[in-house]
Amino acid sequence: MTTATASHDDHGHHGPAKGIMRWVLTTNHKDIGTLYLWFAFTMLLTGGVMALIVRTELFQPGMQLIEPEFYNQMTTMHGLIMVFGAIMPAFVGLANWMVPLMIGAPDMALPRMNNWSFWILPFAFGMLLFTLFTEAGAPNFGWTFYAPLSTTYAPSSVTYFIFGVHMMGISSIMGAINIIVTILNLRAPGMTLMKMPLFVWTWFITAYLLVAVMPVLAGVVTMMLMDIHFGTSFFDAAGGGDPVLFQHVFWFFGHPEVYIMILPAFGIVSQIIPTFARKPLFGYASMVYATSSIAFLSFIVWAHHMFTVGMPLQTELFFMYATMLIAIPTGVKVFNWVSTMFRGSMTFETPMLFALAFVVLFTIGGFSGLMLAIAPADFQYHDTYFVVAHFHYVLVPGALFGIIAGVYYWLPKWTGNYYNEKLGKFHFWMSFIGVNVTFFPMHFVGLAGMPRRIPDYALQFADFNAIATVGAFIFGFSQLIFLFILIKTIRGGEKATDQVWEGAEGLEWTIPSPAPYHTFAEAPHVK
Amino acid sequence: MKSDSSKPDNQSGIKPKNTALKLVLAAVAMFGFGFALVPLYDVFCEITGINGKTAGPVERVEQWVDTSRTITVQFITTNNAGMPWEFEALQEEVEMHPGAWTQVEFWALNPTTEDMVGQAVPSVSPSEVAQYVQKTECFCFDQQKLKAGEGRKMPLIFSLDPELPAHVRKVTMSYTLFDAGAFAE
Amino acid sequence: MFSRAWQRLSSVVLGLVSAPAAMADWELNMPRGITEVSQSIYELHMLIFWICVWIGVVVFGVMFYSIFKHRKSKGAVASQFHESLGLELLWTAVPTVILIAMAVPATTVLIQMYDTTNSAVDIKITGHQWKWQYDYLGEDVGFFSNLSTTTDEIYNRTEKGENYLLEVDKHVVVPTGQKLRFLITSNDVIHAWWVPEIAVKKDAIPGYINESWALIPEGQEGLYRGQCAELCGVQHGFMPIVLEAVTADEYQAWLDDQRAGKIAEAAAALGDFSYDELMVEGAEVYARSCAGCHGTEGQGMGSVFPALAGSPIAINDMAGHIDIVLNGKAGTAMQSFSAQLSDVEIAAVITYERNAWGNDTGETVTPQMIIDAKK
Repeated sequence: MTTATASHDDHGHHGPAKGIMRWVLTTNHKDIGTLYLWFAFTMLLTGGVMALIVRTELFQPGMQLIEPEFYNQMTTMHGLIMVFGAIMPAFVGLANWMVPLMIGAPDMALPRMNNWSFWILPFAFGMLLFTLFTEAGAPNFGWTFYAPLSTTYAPSSVTYFIFGVHMMGISSIMGAINIIVTILNLRAPGMTLMKMPLFVWTWFITAYLLVAVMPVLAGVVTMMLMDIHFGTSFFDAAGGGDPVLFQHVFWFFGHPEVYIMILPAFGIVSQIIPTFARKPLFGYASMVYATSSIAFLSFIVWAHHMFTVGMPLQTELFFMYATMLIAIPTGVKVFNWVSTMFRGSMTFETPMLFALAFVVLFTIGGFSGLMLAIAPADFQYHDTYFVVAHFHYVLVPGALFGIIAGVYYWLPKWTGNYYNEKLGKFHFWMSFIGVNVTFFPMHFVGLAGMPRRIPDYALQFADFNAIATVGAFIFGFSQLIFLFILIKTIRGGEKATDQVWEGAEGLEWTIPSPAPYHTFAEAPHVK
Repeated sequence: MKSDSSKPDNQSGIKPKNTALKLVLAAVAMFGFGFALVPLYDVFCEITGINGKTAGPVERVEQWVDTSRTITVQFITTNNAGMPWEFEALQEEVEMHPGAWTQVEFWALNPTTEDMVGQAVPSVSPSEVAQYVQKTECFCFDQQKLKAGEGRKMPLIFSLDPELPAHVRKVTMSYTLFDAGAFAE
Repeated sequence: MFSRAWQRLSSVVLGLVSAPAAMADWELNMPRGITEVSQSIYELHMLIFWICVWIGVVVFGVMFYSIFKHRKSKGAVASQFHESLGLELLWTAVPTVILIAMAVPATTVLIQMYDTTNSAVDIKITGHQWKWQYDYLGEDVGFFSNLSTTTDEIYNRTEKGENYLLEVDKHVVVPTGQKLRFLITSNDVIHAWWVPEIAVKKDAIPGYINESWALIPEGQEGLYRGQCAELCGVQHGFMPIVLEAVTADEYQAWLDDQRAGKIAEAAAALGDFSYDELMVEGAEVYARSCAGCHGTEGQGMGSVFPALAGSPIAINDMAGHIDIVLNGKAGTAMQSFSAQLSDVEIAAVITYERNAWGNDTGETVTPQMIIDAKK
């Protein structure tokens, strides 16, 4: 630790330490960003394999490949790993790399804590994955882990799950604190809040959401732990508790969590579209206000996940109206993106393609979200594949496409090389086709009455399920193209210019490509 | 030295350490807030009658009896999983006027060879009625201890507030019996 | 609310929804359903859907217009405008108006759904891992309803029937033309009772009671199928619902049959049963009520559900065996079957378990022994 920090502290212009210890001990925001991104990619593939196991079982009616018990473990682990292991760490990785570069800071404000918050993650997920090999099996109660299925009726591995969630939570909170402190304290002179790039803004707001709700998640799993091991009865009616309380506390965390997974993607797309439209972002200020309103509203809509739980009429109405309101700021964002493109001068490199797909497909996810907000109709949609289609549309071609777009966009800056554009486009089209073939039919089976989280289904759902499975394999295997492109680009390729993209603007494009190990030791001056 | 966070090296003049500390405190406070949701939820339930929870014992007061309408009150019982007791309401339903005090009885029998503790959890439907149910005595207020093979009649004395909304004609009072051995007092 | 011409026009634009919907209505879209409420919900669903489609057409239309017209390869030069207060206010205001237009009918339908007053038939529905229990309040009729699809069908050993996974041994029979009120609760974890055709979906929560209602109009007699809609453990996908709507007269006759059947059952338990009769009956009961967890060959499942083949309790301890079937085992998924199976069925299944799959005890458990054990 001493050598590594010493080498960082003297502001020297030499490179990183050698060997594995560079990564273990690093406090460099670029190294940590890289670690986060590779970790997220590993988890994406792990969770993806689980999704493919699920889809394979669902290819035909009847049980073929696995047993219902293992099926439940797979859906649960898939959800947990994708949410906490893939999407969130990938965004933190992008923030680590880009926030300091975008605001002209030499590093993150709390570099040692940065190291710690990353290195907790492999252990958290190691523990979670380890439960698959225990006799009781992995958690099987769904990623929403409703009590009492996750308490009184849980497999013994639930305790590992709880500690895993605690560790992920601590990691996220530390990451978020670091980002807020960096943004508040380390901006270059002249970089006022309302000059910050949108990616920094969305992450700033996301970080506040994380600080506010990850502790609530920690609280709810702590209550579970106490119910299971220490004889309390938060969620057990026998001792005066209430299982519905679990859902309220969980979704008080869970709904802001949904925006934690999408706001940074809004930011990325808001960087990419102006670059490739060669035109400034339309309505910068309203973008900031819209993001803030979405974040605020996320705290007062949680019970729309619970419309069928038996709430009084007035409560249902309140949550329905509040949820519908979210459509307004979200709409503003979409309109602004479209206006940015309007009368621009567009080119369609891979990051732009992913960003455009994001706008269209995320909006489709938003439409189904609006439909789900309508409480009476939700009585039919709730807990069906319509919901599965909805949240996969906002999370896969939404959050994940946003991340992939960001990676392509900044990859030349990170590595100094352009990726192969043809391969990138191939990756895009395969992903685009795969994602729609997988998730669009889920709208149909959901409306037709197929509940979610079932390992086997009635015959009338067979055709669309078969199609979805084919799509899942196309989508899953296309990500290997992505892996190939990443490795190829790291190893070499056409040299990138400093500006990288013709229309790119901002501090991160003023430094050399690849970005030196230390940047902005002298703060730049922003006009 | 960028990791020296005590020095404000920015335009805002805020010290990074102070910001970080405030955020840590905010996180701790939110952890506490998660737990604070538990009592808040109970208050919320009492106000809205969510889940049809009924309140604890009240003082018996002779109140105005609304003889102009008659409410049918049904009693249903459920045994939670792993609760082997016989448990039933001794009358399926009663007709009563809002404001009048009524006594009904439930029967519980422990058929096992071990002493057991049960806890009945009340719930009322429609849930909006919960706030109008007044109970002076209910077996659900306390844990019920039954020795092996012991049976017992358990009383419930209650009335419906005369303020009960006019559209309510039928009320269902449900009791679910749990094995409360783990929570025995 | 929206004209047919609109529908046709937009289906041309979208080319996606209307045409296939006509071919296979049920498989692509939400069922219209048979009750007034379900049809209101359907109308609401379609209204919101078409609003979304039209917003999509406009927004994506502008976007794709830009994508095709304003591309650099066509020599487009970027203009530099980046703000317009008027425009931004406009597209905040217009969605607000649209949302209010959506909220009004949604509120009306929701209020209607919450009005459970004046019911004629009250049915208590209890979710169990993994079956439904129905009790007709005040009628002295109650029973359990189990999946009747065989494990052979599920594991692809025989051809799957038409109503694969959507069929049960006992239908929940209801009259048409009378308001039904469902009182929904659970015995263990959270389930959700859902029949799409009557648009009733309500969570079944242990300790608490939820209510919902339906009025199936006369002339809509028939079978309506649904499923559990809340993850409730390993067999969550295997606890369907079959609602059988009959005329009021048929319903009364059915209630009488049920009561008569119960008396006959009790009388039958006092009769004599041979080993062979019990084994035949026991195999059926086992397949229906036990094989889901303990396996078709008594082999158990994973670490959660113990094997019965070779199990000490199924070979040696007969009293213990009867006790665990009658009363269940606390803290496990093994539940009490004393209420859900008749004395004859319990005797038969225990006899079967003690003699099948190499558990050759040769013992016969008679219904009388079950009656005695219940005392």
